[in-house]
Amino acid sequence: MKPKIAFFDMASCEGCQLAILDCEDIFLHILDLVEIVEFREALSETAPRFDIAFVEGSIHREMDAERLRSIRARCDWLVSLGACAYNGNVQARSNALAPGENMLRVYGPEAYHRTQTDPHYWPLWAHSRVRPLSQVVAVDYHLRGCPVDREEFLQLLKRRIAGALPRVAAQAVCVECKRAGNECVFEHGDTCLGPVTWAGCNAVCIGGGYRCDGCRGLLPGANLAAHRELLREHGLSEAEIDNRYRLFCAEEVAEATA
Amino acid sequence: MNDKTYTIEVDHVTRVEGHGSIRVSARDGRVEDLTLSITEANRFFESFTEGMSPHEIPWIVGRICGICCVGHQLAASKAVEAALGLTVSAQSRRLRKLLNESQILQSHILHVYFLAVPDYVGVPSVLPLIKTHPEVVKRALALKHLANEFTRVIGGRALHPMANTLRGWRKLPDLEALEGIRENLFTALPDLDASVGIVADLAVPAFERETEYVSLTHPDEYALYDGEIYSSDTRETVPVADYRRVTNEFTVPHSTAKYARWHRESYMVGALARVNNNYSQLHPKAQEAAERLGLRVPCFNPYMNNAAQVVEIVHCAHNSLAMLEAVLDEGLVEEDIGYTPGPGTGAGAVEVPRGVLFHEYRFDDEGRCRGADAVIPTSQNINNIERDMKAFAPRMVAEMTRDEVTLHLEMLLRAYDPCISCSVHLLDVEFIP
Repeated sequence: MKPKIAFFDMASCEGCQLAILDCEDIFLHILDLVEIVEFREALSETAPRFDIAFVEGSIHREMDAERLRSIRARCDWLVSLGACAYNGNVQARSNALAPGENMLRVYGPEAYHRTQTDPHYWPLWAHSRVRPLSQVVAVDYHLRGCPVDREEFLQLLKRRIAGALPRVAAQAVCVECKRAGNECVFEHGDTCLGPVTWAGCNAVCIGGGYRCDGCRGLLPGANLAAHRELLREHGLSEAEIDNRYRLFCAEEVAEATA
Repeated sequence: MNDKTYTIEVDHVTRVEGHGSIRVSARDGRVEDLTLSITEANRFFESFTEGMSPHEIPWIVGRICGICCVGHQLAASKAVEAALGLTVSAQSRRLRKLLNESQILQSHILHVYFLAVPDYVGVPSVLPLIKTHPEVVKRALALKHLANEFTRVIGGRALHPMANTLRGWRKLPDLEALEGIRENLFTALPDLDASVGIVADLAVPAFERETEYVSLTHPDEYALYDGEIYSSDTRETVPVADYRRVTNEFTVPHSTAKYARWHRESYMVGALARVNNNYSQLHPKAQEAAERLGLRVPCFNPYMNNAAQVVEIVHCAHNSLAMLEAVLDEGLVEEDIGYTPGPGTGAGAVEVPRGVLFHEYRFDDEGRCRGADAVIPTSQNINNIERDMKAFAPRMVAEMTRDEVTLHLEMLLRAYDPCISCSVHLLDVEFIP
C-alpha cells in the first residue's frame, strides 16, 4: 500500500507548501509513490490517520499547539516543513517583545485594550509567543530553509519510502558556495552568514547575487564568537550584528544565549 | 420550505491560502446569524521590522506571504525607495513589471485550475480530475510550471526571489533563459485559449451585489505595477501616499484580520475590481476572452472573479510577451544600484493577484526602520465577502439544501481567492522610540 502523507500549516506564509506544489513537472509521478490524504491549502479531502505529516509554520497560540498535538497523535512520522516550523524563522523576532507589546504596536491602543479585556477576542487573539514545532511535540525530521528546497523534500520522500533517510552532512553554506564557484560575499564588500549556516541550499542566494542571511538556521557547533569578530572587522556595529543574526535565527540566538 | 433549522460550521475552509471559518445558523428557513472568521495566528511583521536596514525590508517582508511574495517585495521596494528618495531605471521598472506579471500568472493559474474549478465539476480537489480529465490537469500543471520558471528566470527563484532589491537588479536575468521563456509563453497561447474555453463552460452561480470597486489606475496602461488609487463610486483618484484615506481599517472580535471600508460599508479589490475599473486598457485578446467568458463590465457577480482572473491570465501573457521582446531587442546593462541609508517616510502600492497592496515605512537618521504598515488585499476584501455572504445566504437557504448552501458559501469565499496568511498582522504602527 502506498504511504499516506498529509500537509498542515500553522503560522507561516504557506510558501513551503507552494514549493511542494511547484513540483508540477513531476507531480503525477509523486502520486504514483504516495497517497496525499490531507492538504488543506490545495485539497478538500481529510483523513483520520496518515503515515507522514509535513507541518509548516510555527506555534503562536495554545489552540494551535492543541492542533499540533492532535496531528502528532494521528501520524507515525512528523516532519517540520521549512524555517518557521524548524526554528520560528523571521517571525520569532517578535519574541523580543511581550505579546501584548506586539499587539499594541500592530493593532493600536484601542484594539489592544479590547483584545486584553473582552473575552470575545479570546482564544483567537491569545498570542503567547512564537514557538518552533519541537518546543511542543517530538519532531522526527527537519526540512530547513525559507522556503524549503523541493529537491530536499523529494529526496526525503524517496528515502523514507525505501526505509532510509537522506544523508545530510553537517556543514556550512560556505562549503557548497565554494563548490558552486561563487565569489565570496566578503570579497565584494558585503557580509555573510554562510560560515555559520546549515548547508543544503547550494548557496542559492549567493548564486543569485545576494548574500546568505541564515534562513536554514545556525549550524550546531558553529563558532559564533569568531563569526561575530569577522562581521565586526567588516565594519558592522554590535546592533547591526544582532539585527543580522535575528533576521532568520532569532529563536536560536535567544536559546544559545539563554 | 420553512422548516429549515440548522447550523453550518466550516472550520479551516480548504483550498484557500490561510485559515478561515464560516458559521451560519438558519431557523425556520431564515438566516439568523452568519460570520466569516479569520482564525490565522498573528505574526507581527510590522512590529519586528524595527531596526532593519532599508534593503532588508523588501527581502524580509516578502515572507508575509508565499503566494504573493513578489508583490510584497515590490510594494516594499517602492515604499522604501519613496522614503529615501531613490530612483529606479526604466530597465529595472520593466523587469519588475515582468516579475509582477509572472507572479500574477502563477497565482491565477493555481487558483483557477487547482482551487476553484473542482467545485464546479463537483469534486473535492484536483486529484479526482487526474483520472477524469487528464488532459486538463496536464495542461494546468504545464502552465503552472511555465509561470514558475518565468518568475525564477526573472527573480532568481520562484519563491522569495533574491534578484530584485532597492533601485534594481542584483544579478540580471540570463538573456538566453529569457528567450526560452518567451518561446514557451508563445507556445502556450493555445493552452490559454483552451483555459478560457474551460472556464466559459462553468455554470457560475447567479448572485449579484453591487459594491465599490477599488484598484490602481494609470493613464497609459492596465495598472498592475504603477498608478493611483481609483474608486468606481467617485471615479476619482487618490495618491498612493494617502492610502489610509481609502482603507480606514478597523478590528472585529471574530477575525484576526482587520476590516476595511471607504465610501460604503465595504469595498472589493482584485481581478474583478481591476477588470471593472480598467477594462478598456486590457490587451485586445484579453477583451476577447472576457466576451467569451460572458464578463460584461461593470460586473456585480463576485463569483465572476474567477473569470476575471482568466482574463488577466490572457492579458499578462500577451503583455509579458511584448515586454520580453523589448528586453531581448534592447538587451540588459549592469546598473549602479548603490544607495545611502537615511531618514524618511514613504508609501508604495502594487496590484498583486488578489488586489491592491499598500506598504509604508519610516526610517530614522541612521536609516533604521522605525515604523511599518502593510494593508493587504484580502483584509480589504474580507468585509465585502462577509457582506456578500449575508446578502446571498437568505436566498441560498430558501432555495438550496444545507450541503448546497455550504458549498456555495465556500465557493464564494474561494472566488475571492483570499490570502489569509497575508491578511493577519496589519494596521499602522509607530514604534515607540
